[in-house]
Amino acid sequence: MKKLSALAIGLAAAFSLVGCGSSPSGENGEVIVYNWGEYLDPEAIELFEEETGIKVIYDEFETNEIMYPKVEAGASEYDVICPSDYMIQKMLENDLLAELNFDNIPNAKANIGAQYWDQSKEFDPDNKYSVPYCWGTVGILYNKTMVDDPVDSWSILWNEKYKDNILMQDSVRDAFMVGLKLNGYSMNSTDTAELEAARNSLIQQKPFVQAYVVDQVRDKMIGNEAAIGVIYSGEAIYTQRENPDLEYVIPKEGTNVWIDSWVISKNAPNKENGEKFIDFMCRPEIALMNFEFITYSTPNDAARELIEDEDIRNSPIAFPDLSQYDNLETFKYLGEDADRIYNDFWKEVKSE
Amino acid sequence: MIRTVSKKIYIILIFIFLYAPIATLMILSFNASRTRAKWGGVTLRWYSSLFDNREIIQALWNTLFIAFVSSFIAVVIGTVACIAINHMGKRKRAVIMGITNIPMLNADIVTGISLMLLFISLGIKFGMGTILLAHITFNIPYVILCVMPRMKQLNPSTYEAALDLGASPIYAFFKVVFPDILPGVLSGFLMAFTMSLDDFIITHFTKGAGVDTLSTKIYTEVKKGIKPEMYALSTIIFVTVLLLLLLINKAPKEKNLAQ
Repeated sequence: MKKLSALAIGLAAAFSLVGCGSSPSGENGEVIVYNWGEYLDPEAIELFEEETGIKVIYDEFETNEIMYPKVEAGASEYDVICPSDYMIQKMLENDLLAELNFDNIPNAKANIGAQYWDQSKEFDPDNKYSVPYCWGTVGILYNKTMVDDPVDSWSILWNEKYKDNILMQDSVRDAFMVGLKLNGYSMNSTDTAELEAARNSLIQQKPFVQAYVVDQVRDKMIGNEAAIGVIYSGEAIYTQRENPDLEYVIPKEGTNVWIDSWVISKNAPNKENGEKFIDFMCRPEIALMNFEFITYSTPNDAARELIEDEDIRNSPIAFPDLSQYDNLETFKYLGEDADRIYNDFWKEVKSE
Repeated sequence: MIRTVSKKIYIILIFIFLYAPIATLMILSFNASRTRAKWGGVTLRWYSSLFDNREIIQALWNTLFIAFVSSFIAVVIGTVACIAINHMGKRKRAVIMGITNIPMLNADIVTGISLMLLFISLGIKFGMGTILLAHITFNIPYVILCVMPRMKQLNPSTYEAALDLGASPIYAFFKVVFPDILPGVLSGFLMAFTMSLDDFIITHFTKGAGVDTLSTKIYTEVKKGIKPEMYALSTIIFVTVLLLLLLINKAPKEKNLAQ
């Protein structure tokens, strides 16, 4: 009998937990934030909570694609989310985002540079729904001791001399960006002939490629395991710090400028608190804290002014002058039909 | 001679394949440099910063709590279900066993998304509770799978004899039936525990904002690179499990000696 009552107590305890999922909220309510993993200095959250009395419930995702179904289904009601460019466009098209009230976010317009608002127009045409948070470019990282040709073009990735020393990105859009740009086309192309040309280039390149990887580019380049790799600019600064022989270049054919921006979801339970949160993140000191934590470029010009290390403040990797290039683009959501063509062609490349 | 040597080489190769990845991870957990490409000397820094990291420790407790509670409840429900299934007719039993087996064969992502949609349509708030409910759900079939064979081997006369001698059904169950099926119940519990421990995808879809288990926490670090603290934690978990296994394997031997 004793055992049975122990069972009963255990069951009761377990089910009482089912009822209470959330912890008590702050004196001024709460805000639920859905951000990339490791994409915000935890101290910034504490400062925000102290100052405003709003409790932050912080949740993280790993890819845009895994974030989207959770938000679309409405499983948890998130207030502030931080998707990338093309995903913001997709969320806008599916009516998942709320228009921001910029009166509550004065720091955004004051501190974030005009060029980033312009670049954002590719996915948020009126700058009404998103506030840029992090950005960067995609380019070529090469080892100066292993490459003796001048590196200024994607075509170096097709140079037979570096056979088995080339690292490519293992994702459809990133790989096709390189193939399309090499052929002089837009990386948002949906034209079958252009895509076929890009596919053929990628197939032609395949024998020279050591590996298709994602985040191993970083470690492999630091360890001198490859000579040339396609990499995100935010990682490039970190790799250079670890291995001074590495150099980062934006190819002359142009590349991808990506932006991750704050947005507020349509069914946000605490929209005003969400705007307060975004505004707080746009403060120069806070943006600087986050820049130092993440090392991805900040669009916050006021924060950039505060960077003490001059080499970083004027780094052409972290803060390239976008006006120098006329062929930089941002990924767009191309719709399901185009997605299918990309995926089919990518399969052909990988299985060749 | 050649045969024994090649046998040994074969065994060694298998062990290398199985344990080389874990060994790499353990070595990297002592690497002072953040990147795997450079050896920065031996350090215990990651171990100390691991215990300072509130989020990781919280995720660890969440994981253990969910694994423990969900497998405990699944064991209770599963064992009770087994008693009922055991008393069914042949055809009915086959149907019920088929139904309980389906969730095990089902892809995790299907289970995860369907549970998420179910919780949404029932209006349940996402949080610890929904993860727990989901884990209990996918654990029950494993418990039934482990307990059912034991149940079938049972001699029904012993239970009836206990009843004849005046034991109440519950008393008879705990005194006569339960000790016999205990090994099955325990292995069901362990199976459920491990399933719950390393589940990622179902947890991902059923968790609420701000509640993380180790697997969801580690996965969020993919974009920026997994932190060495995680290597340290994985090493600790591996060593703990290894020690537990050694203890478990040693215990019965001592018993035999005592006899």
